[in-house]
Amino acid sequence: MEVRKGSSQDPNSAKYKLNQIAAKAYSDAQAAKERGEKVGWCASNFPVELPETLGIPVCYPENQAAGIAARGQGEKLCSIAEDEGYSNDICAYARISLAYAKIKDEPAQNMPMPDFMLCCNNICSCMTKWYENLSKELDIPLIMIDIPFNPDNEVSRDEIEYVKAQFLEAVRQLEEITGKKWSDERFREVMANSCRTSRAWLEATALAAARPSPFNGFDLLNHMAVMVTARGKPEAAEAMELLAREYRENIENGTSTFRAEEKYRIMFEGIACWPWLRVTSTGLKSRGINMVSTIYADAFGFIYDDFDGMIEAYCKVPNAINLETARDKRVRLCNNIGVDGLLVHTNRSCKLWSGFMPEMSRQIGEACGIPVVSFDGDQADPRNFSEAQYDTRVQGLTEIMASRKAGE
Amino acid sequence: MLTLGIDIGSTTAKCAVLEDGRDFRAVSLRDSGVGTDGPQAAFEGVLAELGVSRRDIDCVCATGYGRAAWQDADLRASELTCHCLGGVYVFPGLRTLIDIGGQDAKVISIDAGGSMAEFVMNDKCAAGTGRFLDVMAALLRCPVDSFAEAAARSKSPASISNTCTVFAESEVISQLAAGAAVEDVIAGVCRSVATRVGSLARRLDMREPVCMSGGVARNAAVREALSEYLQVPVLFDERAQLFGAMGAAIYAAKRKSKE
Ligand code: SF4
Repeated sequence: MEVRKGSSQDPNSAKYKLNQIAAKAYSDAQAAKERGEKVGWCASNFPVELPETLGIPVCYPENQAAGIAARGQGEKLCSIAEDEGYSNDICAYARISLAYAKIKDEPAQNMPMPDFMLCCNNICSCMTKWYENLSKELDIPLIMIDIPFNPDNEVSRDEIEYVKAQFLEAVRQLEEITGKKWSDERFREVMANSCRTSRAWLEATALAAARPSPFNGFDLLNHMAVMVTARGKPEAAEAMELLAREYRENIENGTSTFRAEEKYRIMFEGIACWPWLRVTSTGLKSRGINMVSTIYADAFGFIYDDFDGMIEAYCKVPNAINLETARDKRVRLCNNIGVDGLLVHTNRSCKLWSGFMPEMSRQIGEACGIPVVSFDGDQADPRNFSEAQYDTRVQGLTEIMASRKAGE
Repeated sequence: MLTLGIDIGSTTAKCAVLEDGRDFRAVSLRDSGVGTDGPQAAFEGVLAELGVSRRDIDCVCATGYGRAAWQDADLRASELTCHCLGGVYVFPGLRTLIDIGGQDAKVISIDAGGSMAEFVMNDKCAAGTGRFLDVMAALLRCPVDSFAEAAARSKSPASISNTCTVFAESEVISQLAAGAAVEDVIAGVCRSVATRVGSLARRLDMREPVCMSGGVARNAAVREALSEYLQVPVLFDERAQLFGAMGAAIYAAKRKSKE
């Protein structure tokens, strides 16, 4: 069988390399556990630079939950958590993770059990409770960093000092738990890798501004796993740079990984609907709609020059900023990349993202002069999605975009 | 030129045949929708009424939840666009259309040129849809068609939740158990639908004139409650339930004339 250049089977392609890195993150952690090393479970917006510098293997429950959901096991694990007494209103990532901690084996995506938990509340309050519960039930230490929601537009010196003290304390705790030692030199390396990876990632995602876009936006959802779990590693930086190169080549050659005519370009808001990924992507592709932009792309691009800069970056993650700043980030993306519409996933799992979305998306629609359409779904619980409802909404959006184009 | 629109909803099937993009020649409606013989019966019914066959129809456009499964369609369009076109045909200059169907509710804002500009739809709960009224009708042992008449007799409408059909059901039961008059509960149920859908409308830049379409539009109590909630007159036409099918026929005619 001939392997298509650039496909996930081509070992020289960025896609192949990125998939390998994402898979290796799990196998490395498993191997470390088997060697008797201490392994942590880590929140996606926790400063990964800290365990990376210390050489401590960590796994990411959100990433695992997404994998389990995408492979069709979300409902099974959600139900196990619900049988335990957890409400089905709780985030499905949390339910899946809590269930996994109970059953400790899910072939869809296994990972080693933790010896400690790393959490940061710049994500949401549900995650705080989820990690606290796990720490209690598994009787392991929890390192919790408080990064307050930022109602201001800038990060103040006071906030940086407040968070810095906690970062340093987290390093001390991690040294104590694992016996490993912090090295400033190693931190500089990790920081350089992380920034290199982020820069390449932001560059690659910004190339969607080309018409047609050199890639199908759904690619980003896969590659993001590396941004979450491995951005501090040199191989991640190399693979991301390769990805950007491939996309640039696509532009030069007039090709794209979006294998349909790009009639419309949209921004997709919210986490992917993992259990229904194929349905949601086909519903767009079959109508010639390419999802060229998502705030997700921006969310994991961390660029900074020193320890304080790193803290500032974590104080400005998309979940911890005020509505106006969050809106402006998206408006900028929409304008830079050029989109004809905004499709909002009203994610029943995520109260944080979905709660402010009706107002924010209204403001984005107004600022960019684009139609906004939302659909109900869930990032990991397949029961909160209706294919027919999705289809009608996407068709409605397509018809509005078509009539606007015809009127132009 | 004859074009036919078929609107296959969750509980009904409707057809309309349009001549030369201008005049409706025949319409049909059957009280059974997706997955039944209703759509076929509505289709054959409208052709029989006109005394024509499928071959005489230049273009068939299917809409509604069953649109994808209707094999005999030349075109398909969402019920959003079709209701909008049907509404504008009946009420020229229409700017907002509120459609409450069997299992969903939608509010469409229409631009000055008669095209759909924006829309919002209900979320996953049946509250605010025809299904909600059906559930309540069964509970209250009163057909939905008699709701308006009963609600008109109400002196003090009961307060019924509009956030969840199951909550509302238990509220209705406890209101009845506490001795509330049936007409007050019915009036409360109609208000519950109206406020739920009305708040969808408020999310949009709602402009007048406003009309209602879909099966629930026939219920005057819901229409009045909606008008009161939104503080605007809500227009109604006897063909409200057929707007989707009519719009589909108009859509087909527009596409044909572009060819
Ligand atoms: S998906 Fe939303 S609710 Fe779940 S952990 Fe992430 S931010 Fe929190």
